[in-house]
Amino acid sequence: MKSKAWTEKFMQGVFLVAACASVLAVALICIFLFANGIPAIGEIGFVKFITGDIWRPNNEIFGIFPMIIGSLYVTAGAILFGVPIGILTSVFMAMYCPKQVYKPLKAATELLAGIPSVVYGFFGLVVVVPLIRDFGHFLKDIGLVERSGDGNSILTTSLILGMMILPTIIGTTESAMRAVPVHYYEGSLALGATKERSIFRVIIPAAKSGVIAGIVLGIGRAIGETMAVIMIVGNQPRITGSILQGIRTLTGNIVLEMGYATGLHREALIATGVVLFVFILIINFSVALLKRGADHE
Amino acid sequence: MSNKMTTKDKFHTYLKHPGSFLTFLLVMLASVITFAVLIFLIIYILANGLPHITPSLFSLEYSSENASVVPALINTVIMTLLSLLIAIPFGIFSAIFLVEYAGKGNKFVEVIRLTTETLSGIPSIVYGLFGMLFFVNALGWGFSLLAGAFTLSIMILPLIMRTTEEALKAVPDSYREGSFGLGAGKLRTVFRIVLPSAVPGILAGIILAIGRIVGETAALIYTAGTVAQVPSSVFGSGRTLAVHMYNLSSEGLYMDQAYATAVILLVLVVGINALSGVIARKLTKA
Repeated sequence: MKSKAWTEKFMQGVFLVAACASVLAVALICIFLFANGIPAIGEIGFVKFITGDIWRPNNEIFGIFPMIIGSLYVTAGAILFGVPIGILTSVFMAMYCPKQVYKPLKAATELLAGIPSVVYGFFGLVVVVPLIRDFGHFLKDIGLVERSGDGNSILTTSLILGMMILPTIIGTTESAMRAVPVHYYEGSLALGATKERSIFRVIIPAAKSGVIAGIVLGIGRAIGETMAVIMIVGNQPRITGSILQGIRTLTGNIVLEMGYATGLHREALIATGVVLFVFILIINFSVALLKRGADHE
Repeated sequence: MSNKMTTKDKFHTYLKHPGSFLTFLLVMLASVITFAVLIFLIIYILANGLPHITPSLFSLEYSSENASVVPALINTVIMTLLSLLIAIPFGIFSAIFLVEYAGKGNKFVEVIRLTTETLSGIPSIVYGLFGMLFFVNALGWGFSLLAGAFTLSIMILPLIMRTTEEALKAVPDSYREGSFGLGAGKLRTVFRIVLPSAVPGILAGIILAIGRIVGETAALIYTAGTVAQVPSSVFGSGRTLAVHMYNLSSEGLYMDQAYATAVILLVLVVGINALSGVIARKLTKA
């Protein structure tokens, strides 16, 4: 009996230690990123690093403002394409989809989330880039733009990222809509509202927190995406006003140059990761707040 | 009597409310776009890749002529096994702690939940950066399969934890009470009664984790490295299939092989997803 009680206690300890693994992992990630990135930010100067618009590692000039803007551009583009299509598709999945085809379509949205980012990037490279290149030439021919760009552009990346965040948005929006009590919907129908009006004026407002949490999660996914982006975004560290031009993102900056960077250059790349990490922490924090809000409703 | 609207009724309603009809059309259009894009992607990759799946692509040794995928495939299998070996015990045990042992309103549980949510939101490039700083440099493992596997195991930990937690929660309390009533201790109840009934749910989660490992690139380039051979030990560098595909397409010299590799990756991922779905469906039937 004694030894049994001991085993119980021992295993409870083992479970507790295992549960600490995730806490330890987050702590280590924070410590190692900040310890390796902050000194470089200090050396370059925080303001110079964040707001400097020239990135020239060979001359020891490290300004990541173009990359911050680049990440924001493609994320905004992804939201522009992904959110309306995602929300409307989840309306279809939750309210219109015939029972017989629901399961395969649901599996299809999950598959969309499972496709590796290199495959999305490759698809962008061989299909979307040439399309946008032709589109750019067409716009140049009719005199709407001065430079047509080579297809590796903000627009291309926004399209692919919009596609990549669809499953995130569809998943969260659909479950948020399903969590709205059915009598809200029935009450609205009984008052004479059409099905569409009931969905968009009653259900979606009631599911607001969940819908917004989905969008924020999508933003997190878009801003953190790396491989698909570097294959199609052009990777020029510059600020541009044209969506047909290429730019570089924070994530791309790290992957492209880490292979050969040394000294301060390498530390500046890690510091780029720190800036990205801080962005992500802010996004995570807002999702947690929104979820809490959704639970209280 | 049915209270379903007939097509004729619907038509009349839409005629009276053109705004609603427009909304309806937009909903349908968006859904068609979503699914058409997915189908187009799959068909395009298959149509362009299948003709390039040739015997030389499956040569045992990689060379610059054949761009063989075999070493990358073997590395992917090793990487998957290693990562699972590390992540599964931690993931399942911490889920057991959260569901079976921690009391409600426990502050520590809140902390764990916050950290797992944080982990699941961190992009893979940040994991890659951390893996490079910690496993490759600080621990001195160099670019190696082991460093890659540890990095990936942290990445899939929240996924395994969450699915196991849900599977454990789905086990009815009457099972536990019955086991206690028969005189079994807590530990015995967990391992003999609760875990076995939760196996399908846990398995579905593990398979999803495999899918993430197979498709991962950014977290591996600077941890496991990009050597196109199978290393002699886990301390050697080797590229997985997804990294292999990235290298092929960024070099630009092996587009045919890149198409073929994309097909293999896509088939793997579709298969893994389908398998996870089948197991999850078994769970709901049981």
